[in-house]
Amino acid sequence: MQAAMNTKRNLVTAALVAPAAAWLCVFLVLPFIAMLVFAFGERAPEGGYQAAFTFAQFANLPTRAAAFWNTLVLAPAGALLCLLVAYPVAYYLAVKANPRYRLILVSLVVVPFWTSLLVRTYAWMYILGSRGVPNLLAMIGIEDVRMLNTPGAVLLGIVYGYLPLMIMPIYVSLEKLDRRLLEASADLGARPVSTFFGVTLPLSLPGVTTGVALVTILLLGEYLIPQLLGGGKVFFIGNALVDLFLQSRNWPFGSAIAVTLVAVVVVVLMVAMRIAWKVAGTRQVDLV
Amino acid sequence: MTKWYRENAPITADKLADELMRLKRGSVTRRHFLGVTGLGLATAVLARQPGLFNSAAFADDLGTQMSIATWPNYHDPATFEAFTAATGVAVEVNVFGSNEEMLAKLQAGGTGWDLFVPTNYTISTYVKLGLIDELDMSKLPNYDASTENPRFTNEGIVDGKTYAVPKNWGTTGIAVNSDKIKAPVTSWKEFFDVAMTEADGRAMVHDYQLTTIGNALVSLGYSFNSVKPDELAKAEELLIKVKPHLYAINSDYQPSMRATDAWMTMCWTNDGAQLNRDMPEIQFVLGKDGGEIWSDFYAIPKSAANKAAGYALLNYLMTPENAVKEHIANGAPTTDSRVLKLLPAEVTSNKIVYPDEAALTPLEFGAAVTLTDPGRAELMARFKSA
Repeated sequence: MQAAMNTKRNLVTAALVAPAAAWLCVFLVLPFIAMLVFAFGERAPEGGYQAAFTFAQFANLPTRAAAFWNTLVLAPAGALLCLLVAYPVAYYLAVKANPRYRLILVSLVVVPFWTSLLVRTYAWMYILGSRGVPNLLAMIGIEDVRMLNTPGAVLLGIVYGYLPLMIMPIYVSLEKLDRRLLEASADLGARPVSTFFGVTLPLSLPGVTTGVALVTILLLGEYLIPQLLGGGKVFFIGNALVDLFLQSRNWPFGSAIAVTLVAVVVVVLMVAMRIAWKVAGTRQVDLV
Repeated sequence: MTKWYRENAPITADKLADELMRLKRGSVTRRHFLGVTGLGLATAVLARQPGLFNSAAFADDLGTQMSIATWPNYHDPATFEAFTAATGVAVEVNVFGSNEEMLAKLQAGGTGWDLFVPTNYTISTYVKLGLIDELDMSKLPNYDASTENPRFTNEGIVDGKTYAVPKNWGTTGIAVNSDKIKAPVTSWKEFFDVAMTEADGRAMVHDYQLTTIGNALVSLGYSFNSVKPDELAKAEELLIKVKPHLYAINSDYQPSMRATDAWMTMCWTNDGAQLNRDMPEIQFVLGKDGGEIWSDFYAIPKSAANKAAGYALLNYLMTPENAVKEHIANGAPTTDSRVLKLLPAEVTSNKIVYPDEAALTPLEFGAAVTLTDPGRAELMARFKSA
């Protein structure tokens, strides 16, 4: 009897997990294995892949050091800048906003996702180009300002593009915040500022870590924004990959970089999860 | 039967009024107006043009859509609209920045292109890799090899077989906004000098190894096609020195030049002609120290899903009456003497489009080796990621 129930439970579990597992196997694990094989191969004379076993591609990684560096600096920087902009918005939505309008305000955050990021980034090209903001600045006497195709433009595009992904997790963790904790803090004589830093911020840290990890990981593979707002001069790993597959047709080297990037993402993710668990484990206060 | 019906169906009164308003507002060209309203077709029929719709190429079932891979600003959209109106086949246009990218997509497979526009130096490699078909000339009755200029067309023929037919020829020169840049720019050496001085932060190079590396080589006195490691190393040094001064590395430079975000760029003939036509202050010059002369071709990928439509569009584009419209719209010089005869004098006398022979003398055709040379590919990648 007990055994039969166990079998049934296992079958249900298998049925629930199967679609996702099959999907990941076909579209993640198999391509990743192909990539690993390619990474140890050689570029064919006309481009592409030819079988070999060599570590030459990995030895060649330092030639893309600049791209790795840009990515590893600009991705966390972009995520942190995103956080600075997103936190007050999320705080307002979760704590200060009139509950009657909260749902509308939250949906407004998501609305930009209805338009393709490509189109929205193109719009920024016109806003930051000579006939956009620099033209307006020239009217009030600030001449010859360059905005488009600078690292600043890339950072701006990143913050704009990824802001909703940062706001949502922080909003969710702040919304769950138990108001009685804030009242208790006030009753015990804490000023609003110390309540924020002593209670609100620590309790929202899981949301913050999720947001930062989410945005950082997506930024590690970013291609579009540096290409369009950086003029092809601000180079991310994503851009290096596109070039290797689409221009030099050096699949083995491209695969080696991609494998390395995946390894970096896994490390970043593990560190972020570790921090998130630690924070959640030690700070969570259960009132009931 | 249905196709005939659709072609001959008269435009509705509403649509005609609508198109007329668009024409008056200037949002469409007169050619577009004549095309969609059928007035152009009516004129053609009255003039007893040789029949387009009963030619051999249209005997096959063409399906309802096809796809072409080509270059930025390289066609008159009205041409495709007219083709769709005539055949019922919608044309999807994919735009590329380099031949390397086209080759990479074809090598990877599954492009869905039925026709594409490779440049002269790539065709032998496409043939070698078995990526393109030998053309069935019986499906291209409107192409006439005897009226083509062999100087521009011979690279479409490999081992006596025709794999590609020419679209047009052109050069890679320098577009300079003379309102912004006062220093003379007449050579690639001056191009790179000015890019680091007067045009600091305002110059563009292509996202394309052939021209960006080639012109850097020319500015140093080497061949446009060099693959010698020591010469490439010098070119790399120059490019990396110039990079911080560049506005962008991008082959689609027209938007930036038009917005005056960029003041100077490496530029293909047809873009030079278009820019100069709309903004006379943008001048197009050929490097007196050298540079590229090229011809672009039409070829059909072996993997094409709708070859019938690929041939039909190709035959349509090879018709001199259609080719001349394309020419006037995109500004690239023709290889076909039949088209040359139909062109208005203001086009044939345009020195950007048809420069003096002397200006062409220092120019070189791209060489096949540059397409696959790993040294050039890796140099370009290092330049971009530096």
